Amino acid sequence: MIRYLYADQLSKVTVLADSMFKDRAAQFKHRLDWEVTIDENGWEVDQYDVLNPLYAIWQNPDGSHGGSLRILPTVGRTMTAEHFLHLTDGVRIASPLIWECTRFCLSPRASVDVAPALMAAGIELGLRFGLEQAVGVVYAHTLPLYRRFGWMPDLVGASGEGRERICVGLWPMSEEARAEIARKSGIPVSVMRRWFDASFAGPAAETREPHSLAA
Amino acid sequence: MEQAGLEALLERLQTTKSIEELQVWTHEVRDYFNVTHVVYHTVTHKGEQIGAFTYSLEWARRYVEKDYRSVDPVVVGGLRRFHPMDWKSLDWSSPQARAMARDAAAHGIANQGWTVPIWGPSGEFAFFILNHATDDAGWSRFTQAKGKEILLVSHLMHQQAMRIINKETDGPTTELSPREREALTQLSLGQSRAAVADVLHISENTLRAYIDSARHKLGAANVTHAVALALARGIIIPKGPLPKY
Repeated sequence: MIRYLYADQLSKVTVLADSMFKDRAAQFKHRLDWEVTIDENGWEVDQYDVLNPLYAIWQNPDGSHGGSLRILPTVGRTMTAEHFLHLTDGVRIASPLIWECTRFCLSPRASVDVAPALMAAGIELGLRFGLEQAVGVVYAHTLPLYRRFGWMPDLVGASGEGRERICVGLWPMSEEARAEIARKSGIPVSVMRRWFDASFAGPAAETREPHSLAA
Repeated sequence: MEQAGLEALLERLQTTKSIEELQVWTHEVRDYFNVTHVVYHTVTHKGEQIGAFTYSLEWARRYVEKDYRSVDPVVVGGLRRFHPMDWKSLDWSSPQARAMARDAAAHGIANQGWTVPIWGPSGEFAFFILNHATDDAGWSRFTQAKGKEILLVSHLMHQQAMRIINKETDGPTTELSPREREALTQLSLGQSRAAVADVLHISENTLRAYIDSARHKLGAANVTHAVALALARGIIIPKGPLPKY
C-alpha cells in the first residue's frame, strides 16, 4: 500500500524509514553512481530531506520499503530551482499550484505494481490538493517507465549524453492521466483514493501501523 | 464576473502597506469567499508574530491569554506541514482541544475550517485559514470547488505580508527572468498559448509552468491578469504597431 508521510513522521516507522534510505543509497549511489552522501547508517540523505518533505512510500506487507518519491512545494526551496535552473531557461519555477517530486526510487524487491502506484500517488495528491503540475528531475533512460503507464512528462530541458542524460520534466495532474495509469496498471482509482484518505482524512495517521506489524 | 472579483481582490492586496491594511483586506477576502472568518498569521520561533484576521479582537486576546496555540489542533497539527487541511482531519480528542473548541464556538468561531500552511522561500512559516458555518457536505463541496483559488490567495497574501514586514512595499518591481518576460510579451500580442509555445520552442505545458510562475510573482489571478499587470508595471513593453492619432 501507499502511505504519505512527512519526514518528521518517519521516526515512528523505523523499519520503513531505514529500508527507504538504504534503498535510496543502493539506487542513487551504488547503481547510478550519483554524487550523493551516505551517512553512518548507510542512508542516502541530502539537504532537502532535512526540510521536512512529504514522501509517498510503497510499504511492503512486511513493513519495509518498496519504492518512494519525495515531494516539496515549489514556493520554497527546491532542487530544480537550486541546481537545474539552466534546464528551465533560467525560470525559477515557483507556484502554489506546482509541487516538486524528486528521488523516485524503487527497491530491488519492488513488485511490478510499485512504479505505477507511486505515479498514481503523485497524481492523487495533486488532484486532491488542487495542484496543476509536478516538476521533477529524471534521467532520460527512465522515461520509458512513464511512457508505459501513459504519464509521460513534458521535457523542459535536458543535458548530458547517453545514460548521463538528465531532464527536467513536467507531469500533468489530471483526471485523464490518473484514469490512464489505472487502466494500464490495473490499480483501480478507488484504491488510489483509499491510500490518500488513509493518510490525510483522519488524525494521527502516522501512529497507525499496518495490521501485519501490530500482530 | 467571478474572475473580475478575484482580480480586483488581488489588486487591492497589492496596495496594502501595513498590517492594519492587511487586516482590513481580510474582510474583503471573507466577503469574496462568502465565509464566516478569514485568518492569516505567521508562526515563528523567534522574533515577532504577525496576524490579520476577521475574528473579534476579544477572541484574539483570549487566544493569547489562554495560550491556546499550544493546544490548538489547527496550529499543532499544521506545523511543519504544507498540504491544505480540513479541520475535520485534525485530532480534536484531547480535553484541552475540546475545551478550546467550545470556547471558540462561544466567541463566534464557526464549525468548519480549511487551513493552508505556507512555507516561504526563506524558510518562514504561516497559516491561512477560512472558517465557516455549514454542514460537512457543503464544506466539502466548497473546498473542492475553491481549492485552487484558496491556494492562490493564501500564498499571495503571505507574499504581501512578507513585503510589508520587510518594508519592501515601495521597493523594486517584480523580477522576472527574460524567458518569463518573453512569454508574457508574446501573450500580450493576443497569440494563443499554442502559438506562443511554438514561437518560444517549448511545449504548452512548459509554457504553462513558466507563466504560472510569473503569475505567482506578479500576484495575478490568471494569465490574462498577469499580462495586464506586467504591462501596467512596465515589466513588459507593448509591441506591435503604435496606435495612430
